[in-house]
Amino acid sequence: MTTANDIIRTAEAEICRPWPRYILSHADWAALTHASVTEPWTLLAHWADTVQAHALFLDPRALTIIPVSTPIEAGHYPALSPVLPGAAWYERMIHDLWGHVAQDGIDARPWLDHGTWPQMRPMATRPEPRTAIEPLLLADPDREGAMMLPLGPVWGRLDEAAHLRLTLNGSTVQHAEAVLGFTHKGTLTLMRGKSPRAAARFAARLSADATVAHSIAFAEATEAALDVAAPTRAVALRIVMLEVERIAGHLDNLTEIGRLADSQSVRTRCGLLRETLLRATAAAFGHRLMMDCVVPGGVATDIAEGGPQVILRALGDIASQLDSIRRLHDGPALALRLAGLGRTDKQLVAALGVGGVVGRSSGRAFDVRTMLSPGYAALAPRIATRAEGDAAVRQHLRLFEISESLRLIGAALDALPDGPLTVALPQASGEGIGCAESIRGDIWHWLRLDHGQIASVFPRDPGWALWPLAERVLEGADADDASLIRASLALPASGMDL
Amino acid sequence: MILRTPHPDPVGPADPETTASLAARLEAAAQARLGRGLAIRHVNTGSCNGCELELRALNNVLYDLERFGLRFVESPRHADVLLVTGPLTRNLRTALEQAWDATPDPKWVVAVGDCAVDGGVFKGSYAVLGGTGLAVPVDLTIGGCPPPPARILAGLRALLEANAK
Ligand code: SF4
Repeated sequence: MTTANDIIRTAEAEICRPWPRYILSHADWAALTHASVTEPWTLLAHWADTVQAHALFLDPRALTIIPVSTPIEAGHYPALSPVLPGAAWYERMIHDLWGHVAQDGIDARPWLDHGTWPQMRPMATRPEPRTAIEPLLLADPDREGAMMLPLGPVWGRLDEAAHLRLTLNGSTVQHAEAVLGFTHKGTLTLMRGKSPRAAARFAARLSADATVAHSIAFAEATEAALDVAAPTRAVALRIVMLEVERIAGHLDNLTEIGRLADSQSVRTRCGLLRETLLRATAAAFGHRLMMDCVVPGGVATDIAEGGPQVILRALGDIASQLDSIRRLHDGPALALRLAGLGRTDKQLVAALGVGGVVGRSSGRAFDVRTMLSPGYAALAPRIATRAEGDAAVRQHLRLFEISESLRLIGAALDALPDGPLTVALPQASGEGIGCAESIRGDIWHWLRLDHGQIASVFPRDPGWALWPLAERVLEGADADDASLIRASLALPASGMDL
Repeated sequence: MILRTPHPDPVGPADPETTASLAARLEAAAQARLGRGLAIRHVNTGSCNGCELELRALNNVLYDLERFGLRFVESPRHADVLLVTGPLTRNLRTALEQAWDATPDPKWVVAVGDCAVDGGVFKGSYAVLGGTGLAVPVDLTIGGCPPPPARILAGLRALLEANAK
């Protein structure tokens, strides 16, 4: 039987750094799709440009990343979804943005395109004007029967905009369907044709609680494409920012779960610690969320004079309270509320390539910091995994990750090298891939530069793997728990709505 | 462990200029609701989630929104204020209009963040209309990307004072 590696070995490759991108015929693309299941490889991302469809695979045993492409022929390419169901949403996105049809795909319904844009296929060489605007019809909660519970897209809870349709049997969810795309902002067209420096502002605004992670993945992809490396001081400062972002994001999640699960003390204390940290961040980096602080080539500005001390003081506050916050999570109220809630299926987590806390709470240890992210090897990040896959374990992992990030920031600030903050970016052409470990797991950016301008780009947010998982997790749950499960999985919208 | 109860930040006066312009506007409004707090309903029209992160911070003990009589509610039917974030994506226009229709008069609309003010960095995209004002009348804008919680709070307090006049 032909293995995935056999197919790759005989394929032509295009220069893409640090991993060559293999060009496959339709037959080989289809064969590779099948072979990927037996290997097993993990599908990390699937996207397109005007002439090719692309897929990014991970070989978890060899720890290599394999980008592959196949030509679009007469508007078609062979679908991945019959074999890899998680690819269906990507295929719908590709159709809505470029107009390419995934031949024999399992779901051809629109995804991002809700019928409201003035043009169809906005990323195609020639987008088509839309003649009739017909917005997607949403269920009205007052008119739907008792069997259907529509939630969102606007939740009124200081949340992201996403729509969940729950089919109920009594109060139990029988079927859950996510409808996304509401926050689609046309980000990819806005990035196209710009310099990486100008486009970085959009990468930083894909998903705000992962703004540093998206900015790093985008910057690394640019640097790879141009075959340059960010200076060591910039690499260390990126680590500090990324880990601060992780702590802030996890604290936000602990606060939110505390609120939803009626734990006033967790809510109050984690909310306060988060605010203390964000104020320190503003003092050290000039922005509470560190938006635009990471740029292609390095970092935008140095850490402020006295910034390390300010950060370390805030981290000290967090460190001194972690144990008691952990005990609150072990206390009867919270432990009972969260135990067994939103349990994930190990096999599905692996098949969808779910990363981050959700993946690690369900036995999948994958974390790009341990093998791919520059500067981390010297710090030897520790990764914890559990098998239970429920909401209780996820909060414990978040607490563990906070303590580990505290250590990583301390070590990085301790050994902060001197030197320049950026490297000059040549006005050159090239193709590259970058990644970063965000609060929700691995983020991947691919881009192609043409004489210093972005010809094509795709950012893969962890939401692509989390939402298909969430639909399954919600099935069988009590409808009243939907918000808590949503928060426990930290489901995003903007990053994958593009 | 710290046992000391944290105190909310000390507060200065609400921005007088904003207060004055809002007060002038309110004179035309049907009824002044003296002495009442304001119920705020958040409407996300496509934000990157940055503005939400800072809105959520308003609930923490250092800002403690509720001490001013300001509180977030989940239903537009119980709201005095629609607080809108995001560049108004075309895909969320209907949702904003529905929320506006469902909010009883008189109502305030506050656009929070550069996106909600005029589309921000997403201005000009085929997928966004470019600001709250393109679908519903806006009473107050609070710029920033995202605006820090202190600035949002100052704006909301100005609204509260105008509402009491
Ligand atoms: S104003 Fe800035 S932070 Fe707020 S939604 Fe827009 S891009 Fe995000």
